[in-house]
Amino acid sequence: MAKAKVATTSLCGCFGCHMSLLDIDDRILKLVELVDFNKSPINDIKEFTERCTVGLIEGGCCNEENVRVLRDFRKHCDILISVGDCATMGGIPAMRNTIPLKECLDEAYLNGPTVHNPSGQIPNDPEIPLLLNRVYPCHEVVKIDYHLPGCPPSADTLWEALVALLTDKPVALPYELIKYD
Amino acid sequence: MSKSLEADVKKICKACGNDRTRMMDIVRSVQEQCGCVSGEAMDLIAREVSCHRVEVESVVSFYAFLSTRPKGKVVIRLCDDVIDEMKGSDQVAAALKTELGIDFGETTADGAITLEHTPCIGMCDQAPAAMVNDEVVTYLSGDAARSMVRSLREHMDPKKLVGRFGDGNNGHDLVRSMVHNNIRQSGEVVLAPLAEGAALKNALAMSPAEVIRDVKTARLRGRGGAGFPTGMKWEFTRNAPGTQRYVLCNADEGEPGTFKDRVILTERPDVLIEGMTIAGYAIGSDTGVLYLRAEYAYLRSFLEQALHDRRNKGLLGKDICGKKGFNFDIRIQMGAGAYICGEETSLISSVEGLRGDPKNRPPFPAQKGLHQCPTTVNNVETFCCVSRILEKGPGWFAQMGSKGSPGTKVLSISGDCHRPGVYEVPFGIKLSDVLKLCGAEDAAAVQVGGPSGTMVSPAEFGRTICYDDLATGGSVMVFGPKRNLLKVVRKFLEFFIEESCGYCTPCRVGNVLLLERLNRILDGRGEPSDLPYLERLGQTIKTAARCGLGQTSPNPVLTTLKSFRSAYESLVKEAPDGLQPSFDIGAALGDAKTITGRESVHF
Ligand SMILES: Cc1cc2nc3c(=O)[nH]c(=O)nc-3n(C[C@H](O)[C@H](O)[C@H](O)COP(=O)(O)O)c2cc1C
Ligand code: SF4
Ligand code: SF4
Ligand code: FES
Repeated sequence: MAKAKVATTSLCGCFGCHMSLLDIDDRILKLVELVDFNKSPINDIKEFTERCTVGLIEGGCCNEENVRVLRDFRKHCDILISVGDCATMGGIPAMRNTIPLKECLDEAYLNGPTVHNPSGQIPNDPEIPLLLNRVYPCHEVVKIDYHLPGCPPSADTLWEALVALLTDKPVALPYELIKYD
Repeated sequence: MSKSLEADVKKICKACGNDRTRMMDIVRSVQEQCGCVSGEAMDLIAREVSCHRVEVESVVSFYAFLSTRPKGKVVIRLCDDVIDEMKGSDQVAAALKTELGIDFGETTADGAITLEHTPCIGMCDQAPAAMVNDEVVTYLSGDAARSMVRSLREHMDPKKLVGRFGDGNNGHDLVRSMVHNNIRQSGEVVLAPLAEGAALKNALAMSPAEVIRDVKTARLRGRGGAGFPTGMKWEFTRNAPGTQRYVLCNADEGEPGTFKDRVILTERPDVLIEGMTIAGYAIGSDTGVLYLRAEYAYLRSFLEQALHDRRNKGLLGKDICGKKGFNFDIRIQMGAGAYICGEETSLISSVEGLRGDPKNRPPFPAQKGLHQCPTTVNNVETFCCVSRILEKGPGWFAQMGSKGSPGTKVLSISGDCHRPGVYEVPFGIKLSDVLKLCGAEDAAAVQVGGPSGTMVSPAEFGRTICYDDLATGGSVMVFGPKRNLLKVVRKFLEFFIEESCGYCTPCRVGNVLLLERLNRILDGRGEPSDLPYLERLGQTIKTAARCGLGQTSPNPVLTTLKSFRSAYESLVKEAPDGLQPSFDIGAALGDAKTITGRESVHF
């Protein structure tokens, strides 16, 4: 059987979810037998080179580039999984959602108690993607097929879910893997 | 601290016996006298009645008619509910805004007039309607609104706005209102006259247990909506342990489209009071409370007088009808603008001087109700039925109506029909016959039972009004072929969101999510998968909500999804690219473009 192609990305996330994926320890050897990675920070492939079976999305969308990447994933992947609380709900970054964008920037670059910014400039290089008015969970931007909650979802959760999906078995996540207190 | 405020508050609290359970009366009086219940006033009240400031504040902040900030001397509250909107309340709103030079939620610069919106005030048959302080003005138009504001500016006296009185007791000296009864069809049970004391004397000739047996034999079920058997409720209340018991009459009538209790209170207060007195005798209570919605404050003096007259005639008070030891009296408790207070446990909270939060059940009010004592809560119409049952006998009553729903029902019909108003009909009547009665043969949809009820399509007009089919507390709203039903649904959802007490998440959050998704569909950004989403979410809210409000709030969505699915389906379309049509990248980038002065490189 041909190996499944998997792509991953970190949008507005902290890379913690990717770290959790690497936390599967020696099972990573089994994973490599099961899948080939395409576009992913793990192998540093920057653009899709072929169609993928699964796309793992960490983080929600806070800027225009996130939206572009996410739409690209939707276009190239059969199945998209929102991984972690940032992807499924916006997570910590979404704490800014109740505050107007201008106020957020002023607080971060001008008024915050620890800010040292003698020139009083807010970064505005053309390279910097424009921020969205608020942080969006992925499923509000494109269709998402599965959600894996957790901050981050544990390595076991990711492993169980991915293996079940790729081997066409029902996902049976034991209670310990989906309880969060 | 201002001396006069202190003196006013002290006087008001004293008049209420410095009793914190009378908080509703205290804060209402302070609001009336001082224009608002300010922080200072709340501190003073707390001191006078020996409670914490937060207990006062939790009440003041809960009710729509109370305010911590000063309002105008005159407050105009225009009904902006579904029916009024259909009858042109937006023109009235525009006229009020231009004439006053302010928007809704604002007060004129001279502090004279405040303009607000309010949900249904029970005048749907004479919409558009508004309250001007306690006065009700009906059949409004742009012109009428303009001249109303002009005369208010001259005399600032809402009473003087009433030109010609309405029919019947609306012209009574203590009412003097322009409200009309619009009784289109009287029946023999509720709206027929009653010889004073006739039912009560029959009741007092029996034992309390026999009275309850008669109510049971008549198979009377509650007229407030839920339809619980009244005799059984009374028996539970009578048998529950305790020395003090209470009879509460629910005259909160907040379900949009319901105005039949208004007419009963205006024309048949004696039948109601007699029914409450009989209840007092049956369950062994000496105290009744009539909970009157703030919107009906214009009826208060009239009802006080009716109580007073009955005391003078020995029909209320001590040793009623000469029956030694049977004492029963009734006081009126005013509400302050909160739909949820119609829910019986919220109503009890409100009468106890608390914010109108529902209580956990069990224990049910029959076990532990007002002040933890056994309490029966019944609708206005239910008490009227009791009077008639005791007058004419349970057999006479039970042979009317249908098998599971004996007796008659008073309907309040409004919307797209030729003869809106009040109709007393036998239970079991077909909806199509109701529509014939009120002149609405071309109806495209009928909402039976108010927003918490059912939206019925023409294919189902053969269904019947009764507890086992289309149950209703009285509200029947007719929608003609030109109406956009999904906008009606949206209005209903907005109503529930506004009126939710906020205690439990399914209702507080769930209804907002329902509205969000409905708006998406109405904006043309909906998808087929939104329909099952609405159904699932609606079911979750129904299952998980704590009280009747949340348990019924998804009904507008769920019943239209069932009966009018094509209205939804015609608005949604599949997004083939897997993108969410509801996500608008242009709008999402708007702020950043303004702030940075740059254009997007990606989109
Ligand atoms: C949100 C909500 C609002 C209600 N409003 C009213 C009302 O305005 N009048 C009323 O009689 N019952 C209302 N009810 C029903 C009452 O809780 C209660 O069932 C009724 O007053 C019992 O009287 P009955 O048995 O005579 O009908 C409401 C219920 C809910 C859940
Ligand atoms: S879910 Fe937690 S671990 Fe994952 S990206 Fe967000 S913050 Fe990081
Ligand atoms: S269902 Fe709504 S109104 Fe009822 S308790 Fe919950 S939040 Fe309050
Ligand atoms: S009075 Fe406006 S809808 Fe009832």
